[in-house]
Amino acid sequence: MDESWKETLKRSWLKYSESKITVLGLAIVAGFVFLALLGERIVPYPEHIGSFVDFANASGAPSGAHPFGTDLIGRDVLSRIVGSFRNTLLMGVIVLCISAPIGFMVGVIAGYNKGKPVDTVLMRLTDIFLAIPPLVLALAIASVLEPNMTNSMLAITVMWWPWYARLAYGVSSSLRTENYIIYAELTGVKLPHIIFREILPNCLSSMLTKMTLDMGYVIIMGATLSYAGLGEQAPKPALGSMISQGVKYMPEQWWLTVFPAIAIIVLVLGFNLFGDGISNMLGTDES
Amino acid sequence: MPSLLVTILKRLGWASVVLVGLSILIFSLVRIIPGDPARLALGPTAPEEVVERYRERMHYNESLPVQYYFWLRDVLRGDFGLSTVTKRGVSQDLGEFMPATLELVIWAGIPPIFFALLLGVLGAMYKNRWPDYLIRFSSYIIIATPTFVWAVLFLLIFGYWLPILPSIGGRLSMGFTVPPVTGLMVLDALISGQPDAAWDAFAHLLLPSLALSLGHTMQEARLTRSYMLENGGKDYITMVTSQGVPRDVVNRKFLLRPSVIPTVSIMGLDIAAIFGNAFLVETIFNWPGMSRYAMNAILGKDINAVCGVVMVLGVIFIMTNLLVDVIVMILDPRMRQSRSK
Repeated sequence: MDESWKETLKRSWLKYSESKITVLGLAIVAGFVFLALLGERIVPYPEHIGSFVDFANASGAPSGAHPFGTDLIGRDVLSRIVGSFRNTLLMGVIVLCISAPIGFMVGVIAGYNKGKPVDTVLMRLTDIFLAIPPLVLALAIASVLEPNMTNSMLAITVMWWPWYARLAYGVSSSLRTENYIIYAELTGVKLPHIIFREILPNCLSSMLTKMTLDMGYVIIMGATLSYAGLGEQAPKPALGSMISQGVKYMPEQWWLTVFPAIAIIVLVLGFNLFGDGISNMLGTDES
Repeated sequence: MPSLLVTILKRLGWASVVLVGLSILIFSLVRIIPGDPARLALGPTAPEEVVERYRERMHYNESLPVQYYFWLRDVLRGDFGLSTVTKRGVSQDLGEFMPATLELVIWAGIPPIFFALLLGVLGAMYKNRWPDYLIRFSSYIIIATPTFVWAVLFLLIFGYWLPILPSIGGRLSMGFTVPPVTGLMVLDALISGQPDAAWDAFAHLLLPSLALSLGHTMQEARLTRSYMLENGGKDYITMVTSQGVPRDVVNRKFLLRPSVIPTVSIMGLDIAAIFGNAFLVETIFNWPGMSRYAMNAILGKDINAVCGVVMVLGVIFIMTNLLVDVIVMILDPRMRQSRSK
């Protein structure tokens, strides 16, 4: 039992590491998770993550003491960047862990009842949400609500579930006519059993792949909302709002924009590569 | 092609259903906002009887379905109400700001497709050799960069460090006057016979449209490459190759078309994303378009303006997708059959 589990793990790793660049992705993701978990325990100036003022060191260029420079009120940019990772990652995980099950339920109910009114209503509803450019809908929702991190997560979730509904719909509407599903129906198996025990396992690998591939996009979306002022509010750090602050002081204080920008790029790059690796591993190469 | 026509009509029917749903969604979004919409529109200093009269006129005292009816009736007439920020009709504002955004989205959406196809084909032709590695490596980094970060970095690099391109200051430099015909500045300048003005307008467009399109271009290139490789391994390609058809003819006649179709079919989504990202890019480059207008409306809680913009974008998006589907059906005979079933 123990041996076969090890064997599966080993085989998965072999498949994952087929492409060396996805291993780099795993390393980046692991690094960010590590930094996010430690957060204020690892940064050089933990108190700078909150509301801290040190005008003597304000607007300082990168130096030995502050490798990424300091902001307008003297806070260490490196500490604030690292301090923002926890919320950034948390946001991605929460958004995906809420929108994927909602989308799955909608898609599976519609797909299982393909051709019936339930299918039409649910999938047209999905189409309506997909008919607005995602960022526009998220901006509109986030603007109507109080600007904070919870509401920006809500806004992204509202626009994210339809993609999972599409995915689950595709799988379940084709499985519907499979013999083992028809057999289950004939023997009087209840609907929840069919959905969770027969259909869900067939969706799981493509859902998981999509979730890891989407992580980078959710992070981008969150950073974009935060850039627009609709995410985490001051004094807490967020990569998007740090950039939008810094833009006002370009080009003299370039470090205020360039370093958070690099952090976003590396973070998203890591998750995209990681997602590619998971997709290779589970054999659900879609693109 | 009667089946094509039927399919298009059917899709148009569904599109209108989706639009009605969208309007309900937008309307609900507007009405769940806490606070009195009449008070919000007129400001805290307006006397109570004026607010009451406004409430009466806007039917805010009626039940929600009745309010929706009146709202939809006005929207169908092209009346989205007054903007609380500009104090003008939202439709008038949209008419003024729309062309700038359309021009930006057209430049960001259409020419890059050709670069994407080119890069994708190159990548597939030179698989696992240095051009392929170069394209793949750069595509990873380019895709990972959010659009607003591109815009900010371009502004920093080409606006401040190497100021070779105009980066702030709208669509045209001072000193040029172009009479509006189509609303698209480059085209209008050419129509009025001013090539230097057209060049200037193009220079203004370059950075924002590049920022908007880079990520999508590389994504489309990746998609094209992987479909080229996938289709390249299929039996019919092996067959025509073994019959002695030259390699470049095989590529051009048998491989490119089926490999381009998936790229074309995601274009509708890409255009939508470009419209969405234009919100921030227009703000960063101070581009006088609809998205900058909408961004100000969103931050200023200008509800009528937000609704107007979202509805217009919804219509554009649905129409673009319909158009893309038609193009795909023309390119791919298989799609025509499966849809008409």
